[in-house]
Amino acid sequence: MTIAQHSPILARTEGLYRRRKLFDRIMTIVMVVAAVAAVIPLFLILFYLLREGLPGMSWDLFTQEPNRPGRAGGGVHNAIVGSAIMVSMSLAVGVPVAIGCGIFLSEFGQNRIGSFVRFIIEVMAGIPSITVGLFIYGLIVVRQGHFSAVAGSLALAIILVPIVARITEEMMLLVPRSLREASYALGAPRWRTVMRIVFPTALPGIITGIMLGLSRIAGEAAPLLFTALGNQFYTTDINAAMDSLPRRIYVYATGPYDYWHEQAWAMSLMLVTVILVISLTVRAVFGARVTVRQ
Amino acid sequence: MVDVQTTPRQELANPMADGLTQTSSPEAAVLAPVQDVQIAISARNVSAFYGPKQAVTNISMEIRKKSVTALIGPSGCGKSTYIRTFNRMHEFAPNARVEGTILLEGDDIYAAGVDPARVRQRIGMVFQKPNPFPTMSIAENVAAGLRFMGVRSRSELNDRVEHSLKLAALWDEVKDDLKKPGIALSGGQQQRLCIARTIAVEPEVILMDEPCSALDPIATLKIEDLMRSLAEHFTIVIVTHNMQQAARVSDSTAFMLSDEHVTGQLVEYGPTEQLFTTPRDKRTEDYISGRFG
Repeated sequence: MTIAQHSPILARTEGLYRRRKLFDRIMTIVMVVAAVAAVIPLFLILFYLLREGLPGMSWDLFTQEPNRPGRAGGGVHNAIVGSAIMVSMSLAVGVPVAIGCGIFLSEFGQNRIGSFVRFIIEVMAGIPSITVGLFIYGLIVVRQGHFSAVAGSLALAIILVPIVARITEEMMLLVPRSLREASYALGAPRWRTVMRIVFPTALPGIITGIMLGLSRIAGEAAPLLFTALGNQFYTTDINAAMDSLPRRIYVYATGPYDYWHEQAWAMSLMLVTVILVISLTVRAVFGARVTVRQ
Repeated sequence: MVDVQTTPRQELANPMADGLTQTSSPEAAVLAPVQDVQIAISARNVSAFYGPKQAVTNISMEIRKKSVTALIGPSGCGKSTYIRTFNRMHEFAPNARVEGTILLEGDDIYAAGVDPARVRQRIGMVFQKPNPFPTMSIAENVAAGLRFMGVRSRSELNDRVEHSLKLAALWDEVKDDLKKPGIALSGGQQQRLCIARTIAVEPEVILMDEPCSALDPIATLKIEDLMRSLAEHFTIVIVTHNMQQAARVSDSTAFMLSDEHVTGQLVEYGPTEQLFTTPRDKRTEDYISGRFG
């Protein structure tokens, strides 16, 4: 006010100025409340997971196979290995396809074919995961006559591809045009520019996209229900029915025994922790590049 | 032999005409490849378009070897578009089109079957904003063009990196940090890194598109000194909207202008000293005396 006193125009608009300041303060509070509201569920989930899951954590859980129903103890070693195998296989199949697709869309997709592929990818991203499972069931399981880890992995890969493809395209398009020009100006042909300059520059973002896809498929139970089915026993045979953590969580959480419930919580905590650790590790490894990119 | 065509609207443009013969038939000269020891780039009747929009109109110019040629003119006069026709970067713009002939050492760079990538290995380019590759170290940045060309030998790459960085007057500042990311350098250093990257592939011509406009005055002076020393080895064409810079660094200067009738025309081209002291065209005089633009 001391500043405004000696300036006629500031003094005249003092009322408006105060209203704006008040509005500014109110909006800031609203945004902070919204931000807190958004992260509260996350913390609640983590808190619940820790409270319910920690008591069930034991060495046996990781190393033992499930006991027959009703007999307490045992572990979920088969589900851990099954999830690891199926998620790895779907990454191995899905990530190259998705990255190729994303590069195609960003570099050669400014035409009708590109628009068509982009449309298909968007539709794929919107398909419910249970439908994907049903599709693979009809396509593979019924024809082969048996459930298998391969079928489960394919269902997971179908969910993974649109996620990673879209992020790859976006990250490639985010690479500044000036870098492409610099590369062309050095006499690099287009594909070398794409592979040596654009793709490496976009890589940290693409890795983040893969991590996003990984978290998504590692937690999917629906597409595995009638593709990989599930298995009471330990197996590494990818042509046989295989167990997975989300499916076992589903079975245990809805089952009748208390120790099942406890193990379901422990498995949930395990799943979240593993995904978190993988994401953080990968980001730490590629993090140096991200900071370099500014 | 060099073809020199003079039309009323557009004056030809050969400041170093001493010792060069002139022919009256441009077609004949186009058919027979012209080679002249003094001329690096010979541009004839070059027009450039973005879709239906014309950006450069019928410019003919000869660029002398191992000299600095400056293109000046107000914003939007087509000077950046024009030099981008020299290394075929113009064609990256959507619906871009070039008319006319551009000869590099007598080779038509727009001839059928010419790979633009090969042209760009002979005519390098430095951009307005320093653009080192962010995923690469200083050394890798300099070696990038060589790697694109297929040079594999470690020792050859190392030698060329050192040589190029020395030519770019950056070696003493970075010789202990060759493995550090190129993007960690200051703006002026980044620009010199980009120059080192360009000269590493040993182009005949280096195009510089306002290379100092993102730099502070001290970094600008360093780049200008560098241009002078590089002109001993390379032909340099620089676009600048800074007339003082053109006056300081260039041997010859071309003044371009767009008016309501013609976009991107060449008004006057001559030895720098002459153009700045005794311009022949009234519009040049108005521009360099600061009356417009």
